[in-house]
Amino acid sequence: MSLYLNIEKRLGDFQLRVNLETGDDILALLGASGCGKSLTLKCITGIENPDKGRIIVDGNVFFDSEKKINLSPQKRRAGLIFQNYALFPNMTVEANILCATRRDSSSATKQQRSAKVKEIMESFGISQLARHYPSQLSGGQQQRAALARTLVSSPDILLLDEPFSALDSHLRFHMEKELRDIMRRFGKTVVLVSHDRDEVFRLCDKIAVMDDGEVDVYGSKEAVFDDPKTLSGAILTGCKNISPIHKLDEHHALAKDWGLTLQTSREVGDAEYIGIRMHDVRYAGASDANKINNKSTSDGINRIGYKNDCLIDETDGFSKNIFSMEVSEVVENPFSYTVMLRGKYKDIGWETEKPYGKALRPSETVRIQLPPDAILLLKK
Amino acid sequence: MDLFPLWNSLRIAAISTCIIFFVGIFAAYHISKASPLIKGLLDVILTLPLVLPPTVVGYLLLRLLGPKRLIGAWVLSVFDTKLVMTWWSAIFATAVVIFPLMYRTARGAFESFDETLAWSAKSIGLSDSYIFWRIRIPCCRQGLMAGTVLAFARALGEYGATSMIAGYIPGRTATISTTVYQLWRTNDDAAAFRWVMVNIAISFIVLLAVNMMERRNKSASFRKETRHHVSVSEY
Repeated sequence: MSLYLNIEKRLGDFQLRVNLETGDDILALLGASGCGKSLTLKCITGIENPDKGRIIVDGNVFFDSEKKINLSPQKRRAGLIFQNYALFPNMTVEANILCATRRDSSSATKQQRSAKVKEIMESFGISQLARHYPSQLSGGQQQRAALARTLVSSPDILLLDEPFSALDSHLRFHMEKELRDIMRRFGKTVVLVSHDRDEVFRLCDKIAVMDDGEVDVYGSKEAVFDDPKTLSGAILTGCKNISPIHKLDEHHALAKDWGLTLQTSREVGDAEYIGIRMHDVRYAGASDANKINNKSTSDGINRIGYKNDCLIDETDGFSKNIFSMEVSEVVENPFSYTVMLRGKYKDIGWETEKPYGKALRPSETVRIQLPPDAILLLKK
Repeated sequence: MDLFPLWNSLRIAAISTCIIFFVGIFAAYHISKASPLIKGLLDVILTLPLVLPPTVVGYLLLRLLGPKRLIGAWVLSVFDTKLVMTWWSAIFATAVVIFPLMYRTARGAFESFDETLAWSAKSIGLSDSYIFWRIRIPCCRQGLMAGTVLAFARALGEYGATSMIAGYIPGRTATISTTVYQLWRTNDDAAAFRWVMVNIAISFIVLLAVNMMERRNKSASFRKETRHHVSVSEY
């Protein structure tokens, strides 16, 4: 199974231009609202028609503007699940699922069809809800019913539009786990639309970051998170510290917002921005410079057990990108602290485990490192 | 008391409501999907009978259906039938007058329909006609029912256009409203009062029926909600 997508569509001032290819993977379209990710799903199902291009699923041409092919949504076998689940409110759960087998009514008898419905309700744990109406179901039950209804229609590709946005966070966690199993069993191409980077990372194999109607970055989730390459990719994968730069040479740049000259492992190239994730900022000892090399010095912070966050090893080029910075604010999170460090125009956020953050007070000075290999170079 | 006007009023109202039920739904469905320009234009034209005086509607209908006019003359020459001054002439008049009521309520219902239901239905392979009759119409049934009842009530009370196109012929084209006017004009006050009471009684029953339907719908949705709370806890 596979998906080939190369489409263009204009809607008023908005221009969608998407070019993607994937195999039996779970592909996420990650983007802010209005970036065209839902429109892309609608084009795959045939609810919207692209102006030009081609859509091929598993060798089956859904749409080809040159060959004038445009299959009706009913013939495409592209199962689409909306964020509101779109169960038919006038039908029971069973009737909702049963009507999805009508497509097979020529090949399967009524008994076979209802047996299939019973079986899928069993496997989704919603048999006892067969006679309930959608309005009587909880969010999680509605999602299961919607998934059962779509899967019983034996789609060739599964499309999920913000599947968890209607659920509260506790339920979301459980449904995410269920969906992971369901997608694995489905075994064909799945396209999931989301703006939640954590959800996307947990559920998907590949990520396409979309911005303003175009795919900005596309690759395996690890590659995209490791090096988002673009400004929108960095923002959507949760990078909070971003500054425009002035390039000095291939491995040095001035971060204008922070007033810091940084060394970078990656080549600067034609990047216009620099970014570093809050948890990649490292602690480099207290303000006093001579304490850096002296691990035993007690500066009121017990560093034992915090290897990653702890002193910078001298042999690892400890002098690179180490700065003394003033703490402007300390924000307490449930399991960590976010320490805001005063830059020239904008603060740098540093997410750290509890003990460090707790010991720090605003206007104190702290030494931190922005490791060269953690610095992201971003194009517009 | 000759009950012909009652029977005549009821059959005219029932037949015109039946016709307008389908015509109104058809128009509402297609216009709700049209482009804004066409929608705005057609909306004005189709709503016009609601605000025009019924006598103006009656006049325009006579201009079309009268025995010497475009359609009337053609029907007369082909079918040898006059379109005016028969009991069923009043159907034309009431149909035109009640059309906007059905059309507007139906369009409102269709526009509030959640289109993702139709899209999902397509993606699981359901045909367009199945979606229309088994999903769209049932989901909009409250609005459609309200429109139908309103149209029927208005059809029962139609006077102006009916009196112009069907006239008042006792035992042939008389309706309740034209009978009341005729009896009052001829100083038969007691008979006029009886028909007034009949009319009030019918309107009362119709409105009562509407209210009861609404209450039943409300309590049904309330029951669903209470059960919903129970099922949440069992997640």
